[in-house]
Amino acid sequence: MSRKPFGVLLAWLALVVAGPVAAQDIPETLQNDQCIACHSDVGYLPDGLLLAGPHMRAELSCAGCHGGDNTTDDEEIAHAGTFRGVPDAASIPAFCGRCHSDLGFMRSYSPSASTDQVANYYTSVHGQKLRTGDTHVAQCASCHTAHAVLPASDARSSVHPMNVPALCNGCHGDAETMADYGIRTTQYRDYVGSVHGQALLEREDLGAPACNDCHGNHGAQPPGIESIEHVCGMCHVNNADYFSATGMARAFADEQLHACEECHGIHDVRKTFDAMVSTGDDSVCTTCHEEGDDGYAAADSMYAQLSALVAAQDSALAVTERVREIGMDDIEIGFLLRDAHESTIQARTLVHTFDPSRTAEATTVGLEKANEAIRIGHEEIGDFRFRRFGFGIATLLITILTIALFFKIREVERS
Amino acid sequence: MSETSKRGVFGWLDDRFHLAPLVDYMRHKEVPVHRHSIWYYMGGVTLFLFIVQLFTGILLLMYYRPGAESAYESVRFLMNKVPFGWLFRAVHSWGANIFILFAFVHMFSTFFTRAYGRPRELTWVTGFVLLALGMGFGFSGYLLPWNELAFFATKVGTDIAGVLPVVGDAIKVFLRGGEDVTGATLIRFYAFHIALIPAIFTGILGVHLLFVQRQGMHEPEFVSRQPEGEKRTMAFFPNFLLRDLFVWLIVLNVLLFLAVFYPWELGLEADPFASAPQGIKPEWYFMFMFQTLKLIPAHVLGLEGEMLGVLVFMLAGLAWMLVPFWEIRTRATGRLKPMAVIGFLALGFIVIMTIVGYLV
Repeated sequence: MSRKPFGVLLAWLALVVAGPVAAQDIPETLQNDQCIACHSDVGYLPDGLLLAGPHMRAELSCAGCHGGDNTTDDEEIAHAGTFRGVPDAASIPAFCGRCHSDLGFMRSYSPSASTDQVANYYTSVHGQKLRTGDTHVAQCASCHTAHAVLPASDARSSVHPMNVPALCNGCHGDAETMADYGIRTTQYRDYVGSVHGQALLEREDLGAPACNDCHGNHGAQPPGIESIEHVCGMCHVNNADYFSATGMARAFADEQLHACEECHGIHDVRKTFDAMVSTGDDSVCTTCHEEGDDGYAAADSMYAQLSALVAAQDSALAVTERVREIGMDDIEIGFLLRDAHESTIQARTLVHTFDPSRTAEATTVGLEKANEAIRIGHEEIGDFRFRRFGFGIATLLITILTIALFFKIREVERS
Repeated sequence: MSETSKRGVFGWLDDRFHLAPLVDYMRHKEVPVHRHSIWYYMGGVTLFLFIVQLFTGILLLMYYRPGAESAYESVRFLMNKVPFGWLFRAVHSWGANIFILFAFVHMFSTFFTRAYGRPRELTWVTGFVLLALGMGFGFSGYLLPWNELAFFATKVGTDIAGVLPVVGDAIKVFLRGGEDVTGATLIRFYAFHIALIPAIFTGILGVHLLFVQRQGMHEPEFVSRQPEGEKRTMAFFPNFLLRDLFVWLIVLNVLLFLAVFYPWELGLEADPFASAPQGIKPEWYFMFMFQTLKLIPAHVLGLEGEMLGVLVFMLAGLAWMLVPFWEIRTRATGRLKPMAVIGFLALGFIVIMTIVGYLV
């Protein structure tokens, strides 16, 4: 008697137990899949097997990767022929690459799918080391998992942007593993406290970079001295453009200094503040520049401009707050404040030109807007006072009328 | 010269409309004077506030543009750009609330002095209908600026109407102009607020005032028991009317004070796709009902609690309107009267539930 019906029932039970997967979500072909039926029967299904994942949805089943015949319940026949079994770490890129490097095959699932992952992987430090026989390095399954593969856009995926820092830290935060490679293990700690880490992990801003956004995905490499500026410039386009056009960029290159990193740090990039461009204690300029040189004077001048703009903005905000408190019109002031704020952002970006005349272009506009907002704000407050004064006059008139009426009533009642 | 002309104009009108008997009636109309005479002014103040609402409402109408895309901006424009627009909107908003407040005071003073009894049963009934319409004015007008709080308060309010058995859903759809609160609801409420309710209100108000003028002021029991010689009265015209005017001027001053020093906020524009903000509360005069419905358990005696609550409120309202026809009369004097107990219980319930609604 064939054990097929019992096996299918067990497969169904396995499907239900495997995770919060609704029955209608399970591909129909899997209902008769003998790999799942038998492996459920003997109590062995791989940990984390995701039946609702893209591979299973594409009806690849176990045999799609591991080979063999998934239509028979005969163990020998099922494990003969094309059966590849469980690949070892060194052969995993080729194992996945069988499909993922095949453009013709991948196009049948996704016309825009890229097929260069394996090629890129072998350009990475991970791939190069794997080729030399080091099986401790990351390969496909290390990041994507073996049986719970999901697209990076899926929040449950191990490679979803919000999961990437912890994923990389699984190896790169392990001092024992990294000791063989002489790599620091503080990156994750630094990153979590950085402006990027806070944006991604605390505010859940997916626009903020995770490890792979700077280091690359499959072709992960530490950026070299000459490329840091370009890496940061992928997002901070204007800052990078302004910087690369300056004499400072050339001087940094000559001195073998890491462009952005010298002032902003690497993984621990902090939120910037105006005093970084000053001659005070928090200045990054005074690391290299001394009193009397051009850079020192430029820092002093740019900080003075930014401070004046910020002070004007603060005053405008205080006036606006008062205008709102008293319920007066703040619409136009709101537009002006927004413009002033935009000028501040522009000026802070133009700081990377290290040219006070350029930052002044933005701060002058910003100051005009902020001062205009203050002027209108004072007008509104004046109007509010006028209303009160007007109310005082109206009250006085009504009160006089009321008193007159009071006497009239007395007069009428006496008569 | 002016006397002649006055007489001439009056004579001309009298000749055609026979006004002399009316003026004669007014001249001889007397208002009782006693320790509770102050309550006689409450109706007048309510009437004055209605006139203020009418006047400011017409001015607002000149700038208001109904519609989900235009309503909020038009009110914003009115408040910020139109000379004295802020004042008229603030007076209209404050006036609406004080109008309802005085209507309540007027109603309870009438109740406690038992002025609703024969022959003023219909004056009481029309007065109650006017209060209900006044609350309808408030509910429909609240949505018109199309701000966040009003949007969600209307959603909750119309949801409550929807819990009524059989007709609830139809009423909800009728009020909303569809399944949800949308621009269609706004247009509908606008029509209610500026056309339907004013038309009905004005008609009933006319009847109410006619009844009051025809039947005169009610004498409380302790006054009617006094010998005729001891009763004090004052002429309605001009004495009482001048005193009315005196109170109206004080109320106008208070209204202006509130409008200038506590201008009505516009809030944020309604966003139907946004989640409801914290602390959605109805206007204060609906608070006692809203709070009661919140406190009723989900199911009472196998019935849906909210539905039961709404039905009880409707029955209580009906009973209150028909008080003159089922009043419990007692002959004994000096003892606690059952109607006074009912009145105090109703007033206490409204006050306590309103306070609880704002504290919780």
